[in-house]
Amino acid sequence: MKILVAVKRVIDFNVKPRVKADGSGVDLANVKMSMNPFDEIAVEEAIRLKEKGVAEEVVAVSIGPAKAQETLRTALAMGADRAILIQTDDEVEPLAVAKLLARLAEEEQPGLFILGKQAIDDDSNQTGQMLAALLNWPQGTFASRVEIDGDKVNVTREVDGGLETVRLNLPAVITTDLRLNEPRYASLPNIMKAKSKPLATKAPADYGVDTAPRLTLLKVAEPPRRQAGVKVADVDELIGKLKALGVVA
Amino acid sequence: MTALVLVEHEAGQLKDATRGAVTAAAQLGDVDLLVAGENVDAVASDAAKIAGVGKVLVADDAAYGHGLAENVAPLAARLMGGYDAFVAAATTTGKNVAPRVAALLDVMQLSDILSIEGPDTFTRPIYAGNAIATVRSSDAKKVITVRTTAFEKAGEGGPATIEKVASEGDKGLSSFVGAELSKSERPELTGARVIVSGGRAFGSAEQFHALLDPLADKLKAAIGASRAAVDAGYAPNDYQVGQTGKIVAPEAYIAIGISGAIQHLAGMKDSKTIVAINKDEDAPIFQVADIGLVGDLFKIVPELTEKL
Ligand SMILES: Cc1cc2nc3c(=O)[nH]c(=O)nc-3n(C[C@H](O)[C@H](O)[C@H](O)COP(=O)(O)OP(=O)(O)OC[C@H]3O[C@@H](n4cnc5c(N)ncnc54)[C@H](O)[C@@H]3O)c2cc1C
Ligand SMILES: Nc1ncnc2c1ncn2[C@@H]1O[C@H](COP(=O)(O)O)[C@@H](O)[C@H]1O
Repeated sequence: MKILVAVKRVIDFNVKPRVKADGSGVDLANVKMSMNPFDEIAVEEAIRLKEKGVAEEVVAVSIGPAKAQETLRTALAMGADRAILIQTDDEVEPLAVAKLLARLAEEEQPGLFILGKQAIDDDSNQTGQMLAALLNWPQGTFASRVEIDGDKVNVTREVDGGLETVRLNLPAVITTDLRLNEPRYASLPNIMKAKSKPLATKAPADYGVDTAPRLTLLKVAEPPRRQAGVKVADVDELIGKLKALGVVA
Repeated sequence: MTALVLVEHEAGQLKDATRGAVTAAAQLGDVDLLVAGENVDAVASDAAKIAGVGKVLVADDAAYGHGLAENVAPLAARLMGGYDAFVAAATTTGKNVAPRVAALLDVMQLSDILSIEGPDTFTRPIYAGNAIATVRSSDAKKVITVRTTAFEKAGEGGPATIEKVASEGDKGLSSFVGAELSKSERPELTGARVIVSGGRAFGSAEQFHALLDPLADKLKAAIGASRAAVDAGYAPNDYQVGQTGKIVAPEAYIAIGISGAIQHLAGMKDSKTIVAINKDEDAPIFQVADIGLVGDLFKIVPELTEKL
């Protein structure tokens, strides 16, 4: 089986995002960018399935600017076999990303398509579900455990009430949650090796997908800021405050 | 404008999150509800009592018994022929189903909205809530998930009429195997008035529970956790508060041994009062806390529980 993994280049999770003064967006100039953390988990899961002998090939895919090559090289250094960049400088919304990935799935015929559950920049949490809908494949979202079983996959999902397990026909779409695995760091030799792994560059037009946005960004604002309050000296004072607020009787 | 709201339910109980979604939908126009499930008469009649609802559409079929998105989404997409907006709560159920509906309708979903500024214009958090985007949708139909802490819960009213709708049947793509749901006598995290939340500092599951359970009992509070505490196995995944966990906004949120990473703040900074207990006086959590106490939680928490 072949596994496709979608990886997005996003602001590094350790950076505190700053809203631009003119309200046109978040300032990404000179900001550290990395692979979306959930996508690292997706790549790791695909590689583990290959190491277990369940998958033969892992292909990493990204849609974004030329710099997204770095993100794909990271995936290759982790252990993906080849990469595809659908290059564009335009903002591509989840629906259009899902359409591009769907076309790619038709071309590559993977058994699994693994995505992150959420990109930490747009926080949309929708691309994987949309991809599954477009392909008419089942979806195992927010996965904390993935177990291939013949022509099915059992996926344990992190849901609001706890955990839930579903059994899906293959091919299927999976989106990762935090507890699925702990992604490896790429070793230096593997980073070197990744430089010679194949990375194909395409354009959205190659797939005949209209990527025109459906949403217009009118404004980006800072959220209301909380003021730091007071420090109390001890537990008695804390209880006094809690009583004053009516939190305790 | 007419909106169809997905009713969330479990074991015959209507979930409160539905009420926030109804309030948001009512700002768009007339509201009907969709109950998809198996043996859902009780849920349908409870849903019909939500204020402001016109009709409750009920699809009662084994195919909908566990809310599988592969089965529910085509049903919702068919019914959307008669509506302008599909609205669901931004819970794991809503997040699973709504984007699948959106793609079937060829619509770009508006995720986790905070407010409705006009028929096409919405605000939503991006970058872990460090920025609030105002976006206008050009799609003819809207598909929306709603941050339930940002909208009042719709109250009781009605009763609305209940109408059976045909099932789309089982698509045969997926099946339900089982669930391990957390059982607790405590209030549900997203509905609790008070939350005590623990972080990595507790050091073990034993200490997490030995210290937090009695405190939560005294305060009639729900228990939450940071990602680090969940990853370390101190608490189950459904306790996680944050950007990628649950969004909460209780009367009081008491963060204990939690540093205050932006991903954690994203889930709790709209709480009415934030209390932080941390031994590091420079911990970022103090920048958002209304009341801070610097010190060792292993001393402070037992003393607090004792004195309450
Ligand atoms: C993609 C992604 C998504 C994420 N999503 C979330 C999310 O939804 N929710 C979330 O919480 N995190 C999330 N995180 C993780 C987040 O970045 C932090 O790593 C995490 O919140 C830290 O948890 P913590 O505060 O418990 O641990 P730490 O940051 O290690 O903080 C422990 C704190 O305890 C204090 N302490 C230690 N000992 C004591 C003591 N004896 N008494 C009192 N205080 C003590 C320390 O001073 C410190 O401030 C996410 C990360 C990523 C990359
Ligand atoms: N531009 C992109 N390139 C590659 N993968 C993407 C892109 N956008 C979204 N994804 C995938 O979709 C997941 C969910 O993103 P989102 O729906 O935007 O929250 C991410 O974790 C990625 O796996």
